[in-house]
Amino acid sequence: MTTILPRRDVVIVGFGWTGAIVAEQLTQEGLDVLALERGHWRDTSTDYAVNNAQDEVRYRYRDELFEDLSRETLTFRNQSNQEALPMRMLGSFLPGTNVGGSGVHWNGQTWRFLPTDFQARSHNEERYGADAIDEELTIQDWGVTYEELEPHYDTFDKLCGIAGQAGNLGGEIQQGGNPFEGPRSSPYPNPPMDMVAAPLRFADAARELGYQPFPGPSANMSRAYTNPLGVSLAPCSYCGFCEKYACGNYSKATAATTILPALMRRENFTLKTGAMVLRVETRGGRATGVTYVTPEGDEFFQPADMVFLCAYITHNVNLLMQSGIGEIYDPRTGEGQVGRNYAYQTMSGANVFYDDDFSVNPFVGAGALGQCIDEFNGDNFDHEGLGFIGGGYIAQWQTNGRPIEHHPVPSDTPTFGLGWKQAVRANYNHTIGIGAHGASHSRRGNHLDLDPTYRDAYGRPLMRLTFDFSRNDIAMSAYLTDRVEEIARAMGGNRVDVSPLKVPYDIKPYQTTHNTGGHIMGDSPDNSVTNKFNQSWDVSNLFLMGAGNFPQNPGYNPTGTVAALAYHSLAEIRRSYLQNPGPLVQA
Amino acid sequence: MQLTRRAFLAGVSTFALTAASAAREYRGGIPWEPGKAVPPPVYDPEQTFLTSEERAFVTAAVDRLIPADEYPSASELGVVDFIDHQLAGPFGRGDIYYMEGPFRDGLPTQGYQAQAPALLYRQAIADIRDGLAAAGQPDFIELPDDEKDTLLTRLSKGEGELSHTDGKTFFDTLWQNTQEGYFGDPVYGGNRNMEAWRMINFPGARYDYRPWIDHGGEAVILDPVSVGGRMVP
Ligand SMILES: Cc1cc2nc3c(=O)[nH]c(=O)nc-3n(C[C@H](O)[C@H](O)[C@H](O)COP(=O)(O)OP(=O)(O)OC[C@H]3O[C@@H](n4cnc5c(N)ncnc54)[C@H](O)[C@@H]3O)c2cc1C
Ligand code: SF4
Repeated sequence: MTTILPRRDVVIVGFGWTGAIVAEQLTQEGLDVLALERGHWRDTSTDYAVNNAQDEVRYRYRDELFEDLSRETLTFRNQSNQEALPMRMLGSFLPGTNVGGSGVHWNGQTWRFLPTDFQARSHNEERYGADAIDEELTIQDWGVTYEELEPHYDTFDKLCGIAGQAGNLGGEIQQGGNPFEGPRSSPYPNPPMDMVAAPLRFADAARELGYQPFPGPSANMSRAYTNPLGVSLAPCSYCGFCEKYACGNYSKATAATTILPALMRRENFTLKTGAMVLRVETRGGRATGVTYVTPEGDEFFQPADMVFLCAYITHNVNLLMQSGIGEIYDPRTGEGQVGRNYAYQTMSGANVFYDDDFSVNPFVGAGALGQCIDEFNGDNFDHEGLGFIGGGYIAQWQTNGRPIEHHPVPSDTPTFGLGWKQAVRANYNHTIGIGAHGASHSRRGNHLDLDPTYRDAYGRPLMRLTFDFSRNDIAMSAYLTDRVEEIARAMGGNRVDVSPLKVPYDIKPYQTTHNTGGHIMGDSPDNSVTNKFNQSWDVSNLFLMGAGNFPQNPGYNPTGTVAALAYHSLAEIRRSYLQNPGPLVQA
Repeated sequence: MQLTRRAFLAGVSTFALTAASAAREYRGGIPWEPGKAVPPPVYDPEQTFLTSEERAFVTAAVDRLIPADEYPSASELGVVDFIDHQLAGPFGRGDIYYMEGPFRDGLPTQGYQAQAPALLYRQAIADIRDGLAAAGQPDFIELPDDEKDTLLTRLSKGEGELSHTDGKTFFDTLWQNTQEGYFGDPVYGGNRNMEAWRMINFPGARYDYRPWIDHGGEAVILDPVSVGGRMVP
């Protein structure tokens, strides 16, 4: 039996970064907003108290902050002709659950995409000719421009108190910043973080090679900061338990440390936890609300005038499919948009090993403490004759010395035994890792759909992921890895080991939680699931937030753009939709 | 050996460490209760899974994975206690893993496809011991060290079939759990007296490294602390 609840103006599915942003913006309009989160309430002082937070067994290896796969997971295969099998344990990516979502355990490396990233197809065709884009790639323009997003990037920078050095202020290149970034309307609200020895070594080597290193933009506070909502953050203490962990110190910008203290006080906001949304209900081309189930097994129908899916990409896509909204993409015919253009990230790197006379002290770290170069990202370099498009940034991030996860050893070290133990001891404090964080270009065969065999705890088919790196990804990553190696060799160690992109894609080792696509945006219902305002083409009172909107994944971390797209959508909803509900772009 | 997941689960304590989250509604402010923090689910010597034969196997195996030198071996640091306790709890039962069938071997890129970890240990240990017995060889714990290493190496490469489970998945899980017990916080029963942290100079659960940001490549050496505090041996 389904209990029908009183109608709300707005219902939000999922309460991570994007859910909190939507709620904060729409409660300002006086709307009655309800957020439904499948997990439970959490707060810094109780759930990740300072004296409990640095616990590798509990948080990283027993997944306390990550989603519970016994309820819902996906199946995976590399190619359509293989049988997909369930992702039984987390590995390659670590989506969150509970209030705050994955934003609780993110690093805080907060980027803007390049202006040309938003014209991935037209820009490259114009510069290099249509043949430069491999025929297997299904990349496309976003339908939104950097100029349109810039004010919203700025809003997010200020909400979070991002620490960094501007490289381009209103078109004027700034000393010490990223000279390739799009023009910014204002400097970063906080100065860069203080640097430890390893990123400084990287920056010196990069400078010697003629590159222009700059401090990575960071949502770990470089000093005390109060944001425009009146919420205060404390200086980061470089604890080294940031990425994959929660901050016990109110120093990492998350929904809980930047939005919730203000939002939770608003009378027109309600949060329900333990509310697992199973589907969006529709009638006559409109969403009427959502159906959810509680841990006690009770089912509710929540009617609402507007529905926002903020559940992270695979869950957003899954909800569309379970609700029968839109047509599921078929890679053989190319028809259907839901589940199309799933993409990921191409990671590679190198370790530089030093003698005893140089100590790295890797435990003095933070999620976004590092130095980067952007010479080889996007179209910042000439691709003529290289055989690929796109790129990535190269960086030295000193995130951690957590000893279960972090024991760099030379590649010829035995897998286990005394040789391994001695190599761990010799290298733990004397190794610097640098990495390339590369784009992943959407390709015809990569997609999401529904699995014919496996079911979730609610009896629904599991989402099925078919993914492997494209030829372009592989060639691009190999080029970046060579640049990484050159810098590594210039860093003065006694040995360099290179780790190229692992092909085929493997669901097991952690790579990044930067899954993208599946409900992409575009300029027409023929090439996308949403318009440039994240509004469903099929159901005009349904909005989809998150990296699922990305038509392909540029060579940066996603959250700055995820947030900017959300603010861009909400600005238009506030400006136009609320007065005049309906499609914000005519199909 | 016939062990179904259901029969296996019936034999294990169903003690759950995290309370099931109930549906709740929040309005009008941040809920807050004074003096409340959620402590780690610490080591409990009463909560064990392994039989004495299995414990002997695990002890012999982890001491080949991390043998003693001037620093302790895995078992000397409590890794066997750590693993035994972990297998008896939510990890061993696979509470938060997707454990529905059908089970298939899968491609190497498809990740873990075995039963819940405790059952994986039970089946793999039995298969290895049965295999050695059938070949007329001594039990694993009696093999010379180099033969133990050969067997572990073969498992790690996916060589040699076990009859009920996947040998490489078992090796990978055992090796991963050994590192967790050796290098993890001592509140979970391993890394006794934080010796593994002393070995590599990891200062443990300290919160504030700001005084050491500008270290200029000099080693920062601090006595380690646990999330359980400054433990005395
Ligand atoms: C280890 C790690 C490091 C990262 N580092 C960075 C970084 O340095 N820089 C960067 O830019 N990005 C980083 N990210 C990515 C970043 O965390 C995400 O981009 C961001 O948090 C996504 O926000 P979201 O609102 O889309 O989803 P989430 O924050 O994942 O929120 C989704 C919420 O929806 C809930 N939910 C899901 N399904 C349902 C349902 N059916 N019903 C109800 N609720 C549901 C979930 O429980 C969750 O709380 C990192 C991620 C991880 C895991
Ligand atoms: S490194 Fe800084 S921001 Fe990250 S968890 Fe530690 S104190 Fe918080």
